[in-house]
Amino acid sequence: MPVVIVDGSEIEIGADERLNCIEAARRAGKEIPHYCWHPGLSVVASCRMCLIETGQRDAATGKITMVPKLVPGCQTPAKDGTVIVTESQLVTDSRARVEEALLIDHPIDCPICDKAGECLLQDYHFEHGQAERRADLHPFTSRKRDVGPTVTLFVDRCIMCTRCVRFTREVSGTGELMVTSRGAKEEIDVFPGFPLDNKLAGNVVDLCPVGALGDKDFLYQQRVWFLKREANVCGGCSAGCSIHTEHNQDTVYRLKPRENPHVNKWWICDEGRYGWHHLHDPSRLLAAGHRTESGRGHAGTEAFEPVEWADVVARLRADLKAAGRLAVAVSPMLTVEEAWMLCAVARSIDPEAFLAVGHVPVAGEDETFPGGFTIRAEKCPNRLGVEAVVALFDPQTRTWGDLVAHVEGGNADAAWITAGYPAAWIDDATAGSFAGLRQLVVQDLFDSPLAARATWRLPAAGFAERAGTWVNVAHRAQAFEQAIKPPAGVWPEGRLYWNMLGRRGLYDPVAVRHQIAGSAAAFAALAGDLPATGIDLRLQQLAPS
Amino acid sequence: MKPTDPAITWLEEKPLGLAERLYLPLFIQGLTTTARHMVSPKVTVNYPEVRPTVGNPLIYRGVHRLNRDDEGRVKCVACFLCATACPAHCIDIVATESPWPDREKYPESFQIDELRCIFCGMCEEACPVDAIELTSLLDLTGKSREEMIFDKEKLLSVYDMTKDAEPMKSSALGGTL
Repeated sequence: MPVVIVDGSEIEIGADERLNCIEAARRAGKEIPHYCWHPGLSVVASCRMCLIETGQRDAATGKITMVPKLVPGCQTPAKDGTVIVTESQLVTDSRARVEEALLIDHPIDCPICDKAGECLLQDYHFEHGQAERRADLHPFTSRKRDVGPTVTLFVDRCIMCTRCVRFTREVSGTGELMVTSRGAKEEIDVFPGFPLDNKLAGNVVDLCPVGALGDKDFLYQQRVWFLKREANVCGGCSAGCSIHTEHNQDTVYRLKPRENPHVNKWWICDEGRYGWHHLHDPSRLLAAGHRTESGRGHAGTEAFEPVEWADVVARLRADLKAAGRLAVAVSPMLTVEEAWMLCAVARSIDPEAFLAVGHVPVAGEDETFPGGFTIRAEKCPNRLGVEAVVALFDPQTRTWGDLVAHVEGGNADAAWITAGYPAAWIDDATAGSFAGLRQLVVQDLFDSPLAARATWRLPAAGFAERAGTWVNVAHRAQAFEQAIKPPAGVWPEGRLYWNMLGRRGLYDPVAVRHQIAGSAAAFAALAGDLPATGIDLRLQQLAPS
Repeated sequence: MKPTDPAITWLEEKPLGLAERLYLPLFIQGLTTTARHMVSPKVTVNYPEVRPTVGNPLIYRGVHRLNRDDEGRVKCVACFLCATACPAHCIDIVATESPWPDREKYPESFQIDELRCIFCGMCEEACPVDAIELTSLLDLTGKSREEMIFDKEKLLSVYDMTKDAEPMKSSALGGTL
């Protein structure tokens, strides 16, 4: 095994690993500051912040020969016998000078900069910069440039690391951004008439180590230190990207990608990034409602009387039992735990209940970018998980189309349709097939032609408001916690099913997950604690003896 | 800082002298203070009939005001630092892009809940542009809780009311202006 010496301590790296000095030093617990280097982009070694002293230890004699000048850590491979010095006086002075040089052209408008609090320029200046400045600097307001529909460039805050330029060339493959002018007059810009408008554009804002690129959706909304973050999974498509939901006082303010080498690497698409606004849509269903006698045949909220959730738990079961043959659509927006409990509830009401995977929304085709990132056409996060759950109860996998045909054929007296889609999903004609039922339970985020025909109209929870496990298109199961509380009057689906199953206490998705893992071989991988990056469901874990 | 830090100088308490051990001199010293206060002029006033005098209005911590700049615009740049520093969480700001070219953002709404405020002056300390200041207005009354939530217009009107008696501290006390 190759051995690298970092500040005097020897660490082993893998024989076939290709690490640079920044990565090798990180293994030894030493953080080398860097701006322009990013693990997902090519190396340019232009910021000069990661300059370190290196050398080579002779394998035979053990004699160390140092390189006489500083070298960029991002560009220097760490191999057997490489000596890395990250804390010498030479390195420390060099970092302070780089910081000083960067700040000469910087507006230092931290109080009004949205990046303040998560800015590498601030952090590194605090850690490596000089306490006093030698140049006579005055804060000024940065020039602002509109580079695209979602991104604003604050020209003078830029430190020319070119991460954003490399991203558009290497990952999104669109190449809108470029560097204009030379030397101290270098600036990021777009070609006239070609704005930064691609489906991954928002990532340049995350990549920017300073406050130069601002997300218009988030600009001026909150200071970052007010935000709390929860590790979550994007519900926008079946890729199931790992994200951080950043929120304050139960309001989501932005979504950020969470590094996951198995799923999304460091990126998310703009569709997912801005796909949280429906959570705070004022037109969401906010109370459980039961159709009144006078409301028969009418649509709209006035046709429903609000019902307390405790009564819903009792009355729903009785109503469905009285109605007779039950058909249930298990939405691919539900978590594995919720889907499993819903199937259990349905089968406890009607042992012959017809179980089907709910409507699977599809838009366009899978789109893969040059950097390997793929946006899936299937706009739901958990089809595979729900399919596997339904298969536990009914070996015959049925789709939404089968369920509609089943109901149209007069084979059901009651239907329970779970939805929770952020966009409109059902047309009036399809919804009409459900008109003749004695009981129709619809659980959805918004009103729809189907909800207008419902006997029970129940609100659903959004993606950040539920906890559980989703299985993405590559069979990777990721467990996540609830980020924000649902609006007042909304019970997440899991809580309703938990109570309908007569289980005591608060809904505990982890307990349900462990129960599923213990009872079904298909979900055996979900036993125990899941890693933050998720686990491949096809991986059959061997029980420790 | 650890107790073993070389920057710390540790001092030993002096042993008690004869006077301290006798106790009587200190007793007399204390009684003298009491007697001095009995004959010194009174500082208590019959408020509200008599208004108390504020020593230095520039450092008094009364009702807040939002300062205006030379052009009469609100000085605040909506950086949220006052709201961050506020231990009572009584400041609520909604920021938006400013309509002026020389300023990036400004407060669309700026509210202070005067009932929640503890008048600690941290907002004033935190402000990087000396936009929020505490005036020497010390009696603050209202008929309802809603009335005591001061919005931007009201805070600016406090500035208009007090700007002559209490000029902005920026110039007088070496602020950034």
